[in-house]
Amino acid sequence: MREKSPIKRAATFIAFNGLSLFAFFSVLIIPFIYGLILTFTDWNAISDTFRFIGFANYATVFSDKEFVRQFLITIRYVVISAVLCNLFAFTIAYFLTSGMRGQNLLRGGFFIPNLIGGIILGYIWKFIFANVLTQLGKGFGIAWLKTSFLTNPDRAVWAMIIVTVWQYAGYLMMIYIAGFVGIPRDVQEAADIDGAHGLRKLGSVTIPLMVPSFNICLFITLSRCFMAYDLNLALTNGAPYGSTQLAAMHVYQKAFMSKQFGVGQAEAIVLFIVVALISVTQVLLNKKREVEV
Amino acid sequence: MTARLRKRRPVSTVAVFALLILFLVPFYLVLNNSFRTTELFVSSPFRLTGSLDPKNYVSAFQKMRFMNGLGNSFLITVCSVALIMVTASMSAHYLVRNRTRLSAGIFGLMVASMIVPFQAVMIPLAKIYGSLNLYNNPWTLMFFYMGFGQSFAIFIFHGFIKGIPFELEEAALIDGCGKLKNFFRIVLPNLKPVMVTVLILDVLWIWNDFLLPSMVLLSPELRTLPLSTYSFFTTYSVDYAPLMAGLVLTIIPVIVLYLLCQRQIIEGVVQGAIK
Repeated sequence: MREKSPIKRAATFIAFNGLSLFAFFSVLIIPFIYGLILTFTDWNAISDTFRFIGFANYATVFSDKEFVRQFLITIRYVVISAVLCNLFAFTIAYFLTSGMRGQNLLRGGFFIPNLIGGIILGYIWKFIFANVLTQLGKGFGIAWLKTSFLTNPDRAVWAMIIVTVWQYAGYLMMIYIAGFVGIPRDVQEAADIDGAHGLRKLGSVTIPLMVPSFNICLFITLSRCFMAYDLNLALTNGAPYGSTQLAAMHVYQKAFMSKQFGVGQAEAIVLFIVVALISVTQVLLNKKREVEV
Repeated sequence: MTARLRKRRPVSTVAVFALLILFLVPFYLVLNNSFRTTELFVSSPFRLTGSLDPKNYVSAFQKMRFMNGLGNSFLITVCSVALIMVTASMSAHYLVRNRTRLSAGIFGLMVASMIVPFQAVMIPLAKIYGSLNLYNNPWTLMFFYMGFGQSFAIFIFHGFIKGIPFELEEAALIDGCGKLKNFFRIVLPNLKPVMVTVLILDVLWIWNDFLLPSMVLLSPELRTLPLSTYSFFTTYSVDYAPLMAGLVLTIIPVIVLYLLCQRQIIEGVVQGAIK
């Protein structure tokens, strides 16, 4: 469907791609490049002019003890959440593809938290941690439940992890279910005939064939948790003492509360690089380990 | 599968059902206590409510300006998603049917851009659009969603359109049908299944989004539902009972949508993740 005249060709191109590319470039590409340039300047919200200062902002980022500490907390939160989310989701998916009674109802039920935004989920759980669990602790005399999870720095991170697992488990479960259902029937039957049952079959046949599902789910949890903001804001808002302020919230605070745009943007770029590395690793792993059927 | 289908395990069925109940207890607590008082909630959160007093709902409805938030959320979600779907499907169609180096370059850039998290462009966006005086405007927000939504939607449409035989369009083009007419009359109706996937993913994303609208929409009367919930909670943080009612009100629209088209939603979410 090539046009002869170059003007007509350009007109067709613009008619089909004009709006799409205009929005894409003005919202994503240009701000991204502009943001990269910003990280090499001393620009702040107060002055209109700025100077180029080389890598000074990046040096500030890595010498900022607060950022490094919160970055480490974020990594801990991300890793634990990703492992628990996937373990939980895989286990439920395994049971919900075994021909269980009412499995459609169960699948639909586990998925519900994923429909709701992080702000709302965060507030629901804030009540539970602050009021309901403490009430249970008092009622049944369980010492570790008597004080709220949200007032202790270490346990507040666990509160975030619990809600994250709750939020994403149903979503990941659906992807694992698609993976289980996608395993060819003849392979399953061959394993049965060869006498592989239960855990043996799960370990030697099912899991190797589900590597693509694991990759998708791990990538989703790692990148989403790394950028977690809404849940963080509603559930803990960084309290107590900034011990649960995750990296994404730190960037927001740096830029819009402390008005250090250059440093904030440099932190955002550091986060971007981490997420990009995770994605690239995932793609490479996917290519390398995928079992050909 | 057959071997596993044959043995039904009642023990694990009961265990998974129990787990689901535990999983959904938070919703029970919020719904139940939205009909009770703050004192009763603090002293006995699990006890079933004796009345269905709508007092908390009336209070929440007014204080969080629920209808205002609902209307804004609805308008912004519908317009943004419509803009994304029309522009992205047109662009994807062009990129599939015109196999040039430019097309490949655009598509490659779109795919690569999907790894950029919002936080990486948040500050420059505030700087650029703030200085152009375009903030505090719902149309700016829709334009933002249109831009952020392109790459994923084009990626999904691209994969689908590749599978549609070109002969279908060729016949129309030979008959003298213009390219735009060809797209809207012949191609678009065939995109229905993939349209549903994009629609569901984008509706859930935009409806629940918080950070971007919180930066763009500054006036109280422009707030979307997540924003009105947030300001309701930060303003009236002491009296829990109306807050619970507020949460229930905010959750209802999504749950209604889920009950109406559960199959499509789950399908759409899974398709979007696997592709």
